[in-house]
Amino acid sequence: MRHGVARFVTGFLALPVALYLFYVVWPFVQAAGYSLTDWGGYSDRQQFVGLDNYVRLLSDELIRKAFWHNVFFLVTVPLFTIALALFLAFLLNVGGREDRAGIRGVFGSGLYKVIFFFPQVLSLVVIAVMWQQIYRTDGQGLINGLLIKIGLVDADNPIAFTNDPEPFLGVPAVLWWLLLIAVWSGAGFYMVLFSAAMQSIPKDVYEAAILDGAGRFHTFFRITLPLLRDTVSVAWVYLGFIALDMFALVYVMTPSQGGPNHASEIFASVINFNAFQKGQFGYACAIAVALAIFTILLAALQLRITRRERIEY
Amino acid sequence: MVVYPLLWVVMSALKTDSEVIREPLSLFPSSLQWDNFARAWTAGIDSFFLNTLLVLVGSVFLTMLLGSMAAYALARYEFPGNRLIYWMFLSGLTLPIYLAAVPLFKGVYNTGVVLPLLGPNKHVMLILVYVAWSLSFTVFFMHSFFRTLPTAIAEAGLVDGASHTRLFFSVMLPMAKPGLISIGIFNVLGQWNQWYLPTLLMQSVAGEPKNQVIAQGLIELSVNQGYKSDWSGLFAGVTMAMLPVLIVYIVFQRQVQSGLTAGVGK
Repeated sequence: MRHGVARFVTGFLALPVALYLFYVVWPFVQAAGYSLTDWGGYSDRQQFVGLDNYVRLLSDELIRKAFWHNVFFLVTVPLFTIALALFLAFLLNVGGREDRAGIRGVFGSGLYKVIFFFPQVLSLVVIAVMWQQIYRTDGQGLINGLLIKIGLVDADNPIAFTNDPEPFLGVPAVLWWLLLIAVWSGAGFYMVLFSAAMQSIPKDVYEAAILDGAGRFHTFFRITLPLLRDTVSVAWVYLGFIALDMFALVYVMTPSQGGPNHASEIFASVINFNAFQKGQFGYACAIAVALAIFTILLAALQLRITRRERIEY
Repeated sequence: MVVYPLLWVVMSALKTDSEVIREPLSLFPSSLQWDNFARAWTAGIDSFFLNTLLVLVGSVFLTMLLGSMAAYALARYEFPGNRLIYWMFLSGLTLPIYLAAVPLFKGVYNTGVVLPLLGPNKHVMLILVYVAWSLSFTVFFMHSFFRTLPTAIAEAGLVDGASHTRLFFSVMLPMAKPGLISIGIFNVLGQWNQWYLPTLLMQSVAGEPKNQVIAQGLIELSVNQGYKSDWSGLFAGVTMAMLPVLIVYIVFQRQVQSGLTAGVGK
C-alpha cells in the first residue's frame, strides 16, 4: 500500500516537475549566474566579473531613467485605474438612486458590466495595434481626426502621441499616452471586481444613510469606500505588478522600443535593449535580477502596508 | 468609451481604403467590404490562426492534465518534499519572465540541436513552454480546489479496490469539473493572447516556414500593412484576432468573471 502511494505520487509529479524545472526554474537560475559574467550572448567567451555588472548598473543613466518611469507607472496606473473603476462601479451599483425597489444601479448595468470587461480578454497586442490606429498622427487616427474636425487641433500640427518626448507635468508625454491605454484596458476588470464587493455590502447600510439624508457624494466616501478597503488594496497590489509589466505596450507602441530617444524606457525594455541590440547578455541579466529583487521587495512592502484587520458585516 | 474604439475597428474593417482615409471617423461604411477579410486572411492570418490553434489544443490539454495531476498529488498525499515542490511552483507567479528570457532562448536553441522537434520555431516546443509557464497558476488553483473535495468518496473508492490512478481519473477529476472549466478558460484566453514567449522562441531562420502565432503575427502584419497602406486589411486582421476570444468570453461570461475575480480576491 505505502509502496503504491510512492509510485503513484512520483508518476503524477515527474512530468510536470521536469517540464517546470527545465523551462522555468533552470532559466532563472542561469540568469542569476550570467549576471556575474561579461557574456555577450553570441560567443562562447564569458568571464566571471563578480559584481561588476551590478556596480555599473548603479551609475547607468538609462537605468536611472527607466527606474523613474517604472515608478511613474507604479503610482499612476493603480491610482487612475482604481479611481475610474470605483466611479464606474458606484454608478452601476448604487448610482441609480433609491426608488421603491431600494438601492440599485443605473439602467442596463448588467450589459455595461459585460462590455466594460471586453478589453480584459483581448490580448495586449490587439489592444496595442488598435491604439496605434487610434493614435495615428496624420489626422486619420480616431483622436486626431475627431479633434481636427471640431477645430481643437491644427490639421498641420496634430498631436504626436507616442512620438512625443516633450515633458508634460515633468514626465515625457509619451508615458501619459501609454498610461491612458493601460487605464482603458484595466478599468473594466476592476469595475467588475468592485461591483462584486459592493453587492456584498448589506442594503440596509445604504438605506440608513439615505434616511439620514446622505447624498451620493457622502454615501460613496463615507460608506462604500471604507467598506471596500480590502478589495481596493488587493487591486492595488495587482495593478502594481501590471504597472511593472508595461513592456508589451512600450515594445509595440513606441518608436525603437523605448523611444523616442529613450523617453519611454522602462526596466524590461532596457533589458531587451542591452541583451538583443547591444549584445550584453551578462549585463542584461544583472538588470533582470535587479528588477526581480525590486518586484519582490515591492510586493512585500505593498502586502505589509495594505494588511489591516478585516471588516465583518 | 469602451465600445466606440472597438466598434470603430470593426467598422473600419468593412470600409474601402479610400473611405478609411477620407472618412476615418464615420462608423458607417457606404457599402460593406467583406473582401478586406479575405485579403487579410490570405495575407497571413490563416496561418497565424492555424498555428495558434495547433499550439493551443495541445498546450491547454496538457496544462490541464499535468497541472491537475501535480496539484492532486500535492494536495491529497503527504510525502517528503511536498511543501518544497508546492512552493517551487508558487514562486513562478512572482518572478518576471524577462529575467528568464535569455537563458530560455539559449536552452531551447541547444535542445533543438539534439532534438530538432524541441528547437526554436517548432510547435511542440512552444506547447511544452506554454505548459511549463502555465503550471504555476494552474497548480496553485487546482491545489486549493482538490483540498475542498470530500475525502470520504476517495476512501470509499480505495476500499472498493480502485488504484490511486484510477481513482483520480474516474472519480476526482469529474468532481473537479467546475474548477477545471474555470482554469481551462483562463488558460485558453491567456495562451491565445500569449505574445512574449512566441516572439522570443518562434523566430524562424531564413528558408524555414514562419510558424507565427496570432498575437505575434499581428504585429508584423501591422508593420507590413502600414507600408502597403492596406489599412482596411489591417483592421480586418485585428477584428479576426478579437472575434474568437470575444465569442469565448460572451459564451462563458459568468465563469470568466467569477474565475478571474476569484483569482484576485483569493
